[in-house]
Amino acid sequence: MKAVKNSLPSLVVLAVVVALWWLTVVLTKSVIFPTPWQVVTGTLELARDGILWEHIGASLFRVGAGFGIAVLFAIPLGLWMGWVRGAFVTLNPVFQILRPISPIAWIPLAILWFGVGNASPIYLIFIASVFPMIVQTTVGVHSIEKRYLRAAENFGVPRRKLFMQVVFPATLPQIITGMRIGLGVAWLVVVAAEMIALRSGLGYMIIDSRNAGNRYDLVVAGMIIIGLIGLLLDGLMRLLEGMKVVRWRYVH
Amino acid sequence: MFIKTKIHVKNVGKGFPTDKGRLEVINDLDFKVGDGEFVAIVGPSGCGKTTLMNIIAGFLAPDSGGVLVDGQPRLQPNSKGILITQQGSVFPWLTVRQNLLFGLPEELPEREKLAADYAELVGLKGFENNYPHELSGGMLKRAEIARALVVKPEILYMDEPFSALDALMSLRMQNELLRILQKERHTVMLITHDVEEAIHLADRVLVLSHRPARIQASFDVTLPHPRRVSSPEAQALRVAILKELGVTETV
Repeated sequence: MKAVKNSLPSLVVLAVVVALWWLTVVLTKSVIFPTPWQVVTGTLELARDGILWEHIGASLFRVGAGFGIAVLFAIPLGLWMGWVRGAFVTLNPVFQILRPISPIAWIPLAILWFGVGNASPIYLIFIASVFPMIVQTTVGVHSIEKRYLRAAENFGVPRRKLFMQVVFPATLPQIITGMRIGLGVAWLVVVAAEMIALRSGLGYMIIDSRNAGNRYDLVVAGMIIIGLIGLLLDGLMRLLEGMKVVRWRYVH
Repeated sequence: MFIKTKIHVKNVGKGFPTDKGRLEVINDLDFKVGDGEFVAIVGPSGCGKTTLMNIIAGFLAPDSGGVLVDGQPRLQPNSKGILITQQGSVFPWLTVRQNLLFGLPEELPEREKLAADYAELVGLKGFENNYPHELSGGMLKRAEIARALVVKPEILYMDEPFSALDALMSLRMQNELLRILQKERHTVMLITHDVEEAIHLADRVLVLSHRPARIQASFDVTLPHPRRVSSPEAQALRVAILKELGVTETV
């Protein structure tokens, strides 16, 4: 009941936006720009053909692969850079230079190196999501409160235990924040990457719908689906924040 | 009666660089703590009490002098002496049980039993699987004390351990500490700004001077436990200590 009440204002805003959109299309007598209803019927048509699911599956696969590799790479590296000062001093400047380069700028190089198959978008997603996760993990280690490190030092536990029971769990909330940001940009980038020279994915679907007969209903449908899946992915990452071992970070 | 010296703080000096030159915090501080003795240190705020405790516990190196534990120079912290501070350091990402197990070696066969016993000793039975954020301030302190005691330390270093608690809870924890110390005798060094707490708990109260800190006075507390801080003897002692701290009270 409370959830309904909380989401009521945003639902009203959404309804108003859709109504304005509909009204504008009708009033301007646009023949190209679709009404909300045309978008719905277009989407249903694609869903019935099964094409929609293929595109969604292709995009999710690329994000899963690129993001997954980035996680495996970023978390150990971030922990290492956070813990070992020398590693931080050496590597941080390099990452600070690479980080502001938009993944889109990597597209030519990605095509050069990996061709036009799946490897290119996976690489772009990797590049896009790996840096925020490295940075967040490193910051997480650096912001472990000194009193906890001191306590660990006081009990004189072996390094392995110090790492598994203090450094890693203390950093975990920041790691999860990094993963949320990383997955967000991964999803952002997959669509852009698929607009170039690929035959599947939601990005391809949008470009293809425009090129093959100005199907703007499908363009808009693609956009809305991207938004909804993005929301869903973020929701999944938020579930991680509910885990018992990180709850301490969010309750106060 | 001859008591073996447990801790010898030997001619310790410590200063910090500041914008206006060097600030001497501790100067040629020298005292001994006997084995099993409970020594409280009181002093005006900002006199370097915490710095002193960090040096004694091994977290900070003194500029001059040194700290001997059992006659051996103490250079680094170890589990022979556990520090308990005002902020507390119970790991929030581990349950009470996991916190108690933290300092115990993995290969110790009775570690689970020890953790359970000490949880019970401090009155946390039934809360072993709770996370610290699910506990009250007093329970958190109990968990911290249990985590310290379970590794069987010889010395407890307590730096304003109960200052973050409300007055009632602080008093309760003091009684609790005394009850536990009757069961297992440890050498205890307590730093506090609360003179009544010092009188309530300690065998000896050292008064530190203003910066740079030196021992200004030493009071033996010979009252038998359980002590009543409101008793005339305790009150006389309190007035005397407060006078050393520069506070005169009209009763």
